[in-house]
Amino acid sequence: MTPTAPTMPATDPARVKVAIRNLYKIFGPDPQTALTLVREGMGKNELLDHHNHTLGLNDINVDIREGEITVIMGLSGSGKSTLIRHLNRLIEPTAGEVLLDGENVLTYGPADLRRLRQEKMSMVFQKFALLPHRTVLQNAGMSRRIRGEDQDTADREGGKWLDRVGLAGVEAQYPHQLSGGMQQRVGIARALASDSDIMLMDEAFSALDPLIRSDMQGLLLELQKDLHKTIVFITHDLDEALRLADHLVILKDGFVVQQGEPQHILLYPSDPYIEAFVGEINRARVLRVRSIMQRCPDVPPAFSGVVSPDATLEELIEMSGGNTECCYNVQQDGADLGILDMQHLVRALVPARPGEDKLAAQ
Amino acid sequence: MAFYDGVFDSLGLRSWCDAGANDGPMTMAQLLQKKSGVTPEVAATQSTPLMDTPFPSLDSLHEACNSIPRTRDMTEAVELSFLSIKDPLKAVLDPITQPLSWALDGTMNLFEATPWFIMIPALLLLTWFAARSLGIVLLVAASFLFLGFIDHYTYAIQTLSIIFVCTMISVAIGVPIGIAMARNDTFQRINIPLLDMLQTLPTFVYLIPLIFLFSVTESKLYGIAIILYAVVPVIRLTDLGIRLVDRDVIEAADAFGMTDRQKLFGVQIPLALPNIMAGVNQTIMMSLAMVVIASLVSAPGLGVLVLRGIRNLELGVGLVSGFGIVLLAVLLDRCTKAALNRINVSTKAGS
Ligand SMILES: Nc1ncnc2c1ncn2[C@@H]1O[C@H](COP(=O)(O)OP(=O)(O)OP(=O)(O)O)[C@@H](O)[C@H]1O
Ligand SMILES: [Mg+2]
Repeated sequence: MTPTAPTMPATDPARVKVAIRNLYKIFGPDPQTALTLVREGMGKNELLDHHNHTLGLNDINVDIREGEITVIMGLSGSGKSTLIRHLNRLIEPTAGEVLLDGENVLTYGPADLRRLRQEKMSMVFQKFALLPHRTVLQNAGMSRRIRGEDQDTADREGGKWLDRVGLAGVEAQYPHQLSGGMQQRVGIARALASDSDIMLMDEAFSALDPLIRSDMQGLLLELQKDLHKTIVFITHDLDEALRLADHLVILKDGFVVQQGEPQHILLYPSDPYIEAFVGEINRARVLRVRSIMQRCPDVPPAFSGVVSPDATLEELIEMSGGNTECCYNVQQDGADLGILDMQHLVRALVPARPGEDKLAAQ
Repeated sequence: MAFYDGVFDSLGLRSWCDAGANDGPMTMAQLLQKKSGVTPEVAATQSTPLMDTPFPSLDSLHEACNSIPRTRDMTEAVELSFLSIKDPLKAVLDPITQPLSWALDGTMNLFEATPWFIMIPALLLLTWFAARSLGIVLLVAASFLFLGFIDHYTYAIQTLSIIFVCTMISVAIGVPIGIAMARNDTFQRINIPLLDMLQTLPTFVYLIPLIFLFSVTESKLYGIAIILYAVVPVIRLTDLGIRLVDRDVIEAADAFGMTDRQKLFGVQIPLALPNIMAGVNQTIMMSLAMVVIASLVSAPGLGVLVLRGIRNLELGVGLVSGFGIVLLAVLLDRCTKAALNRINVSTKAGS
């Protein structure tokens, strides 16, 4: 018995900022012919072996909601970079639509496209991609200068965001004089200084070592709390994805295997590929009470305490002192949301595997 | 009987062959035979042994068939066709290249008219701004004082003025061409063989068509020769430099919505500058090499002395002026390399 997904609680759906519709990208000399084959169901490997075209993206449909972090995850070569570059048309699709606030970006002429890139979407890169011949301050204010604003405005905005990402004092240095983590902070300041609603981040933290990386994730979350940008974040690291994502999209060989709320994907993986992915994770640390709590029965049992729905399972285990007899009341702002007994919690810690029925074995 | 008679007979071309008149100048073979004392008639009656089969060249085919032109006719035709396009070509090129003569003569006059006690400090100041190195400034000072002391100052200044003008023009022409090549693959493919040819052509061969086109008294003659030869490295290295700019940085420039212009002047050229400067350094070195050869076509300067050394077997004159050229080469090289290093430090590549 595979666990069936319960219907998700209807949270108020944020507005869709960018909608990707039936997007295909095929690399090769004759993508249109190859597209017909792909639409008839040909896979990536067959297309490459017999027709010498690379299937980059295969019928992608994703809604990117306003003010959320949408994380796109997948292994190397799964098409993550290709996908994110379609949003600001650094890559042209073979077929499909990219709707920004309902407008099809693919119909834009060069001037519209430039305005989109200057004002509506900014980008942070894996290898930082700062201008090596410009100072940190000039780099941070770059987007303003490109738009034609004067140097003072650019410096003021750049300086403001450098401060905000914790880089006050290095304005006059050159990028190569900074560490990787600091360079990426400049990259983020540069993207923020453009004041765009949408931020595209292509493996922005992948080149950093683990501690710095965790710092940067913290920084991003903290910024996001104030700024509510629409962020598209790419990573191949599940821990990072789970920490950042409001919405998680998992790509494999150019198509979306599963997308949804990250906790939901963790609990109900729809595909062996994702099971393999999520099998590696420390579930107690990432799963939250709200994802596995049960509805309150008519006769409430005796509660050993009250927990917040956003507590991680790890915190709850610590609270219970490892006692599986305990049962907790889930409350938020005084309102009863549900209950969670420790036995249920322990079961949720073990990833569901096909062909194995944990609940029955008990 | 010529060796290839049989071939033309069997092809049935005899009547066409005999229609060709044989009243042109003698062939190479005839000339040689005349010298060796064997008349063509005698030679023709002797049957040629197989081992002596002549290469079926124009000359030997002509012997068998008068309608086939001789090599001399061919070179003559080249000359005639060149002469026939000479006038229209000259009519176009003369006005276009006239400013080059003015620039060369004007700068030369200016350099020569400036007294040495102003010129040398000016050069030192220029060196300081380019290289920012006291050592190099001192080297330049010592070299010019030495050249002045041995009465080679004027020659050196003449050479320097030619190099100055030719390098300026080479950069002004070469950088835009290099940029165009970097942006357009087809243009690059067309240009590369052309550049290869300019670089491999023996330097004297340049001079030949130029002498036909322009009068030897005009300074643009050597100006063109020098520029044609020296412009190649700056074109190549501009092209290379722009193509080598980090693709991630270019992508970032695109992602932030830079126009092509902003990208070119704000990113590509600054980041290609070390390579472009390396090209300029080579351009200077090549104009120096060419300016010596150009003294054959009346380019003034140290080259004239070298030439005098060769012509009159004045060994000392040749050697000393040769040394002066080496000295100039070292100075120019040091200066541009130091400038290059400065750029390299301030645009340190690697993100
Ligand atoms: N310009 C291109 N020409 C041909 N094939 C390409 C091109 N760009 C990407 N691809 C192919 O498209 C597929 C997806 O590439 P993409 O760079 O989007 O992967 P990715 O998920 O970003 O991987 P990584 O984690 O290594 O960055 C790969 O198979 C790649 O080889
Ligand atoms: Mg990638």
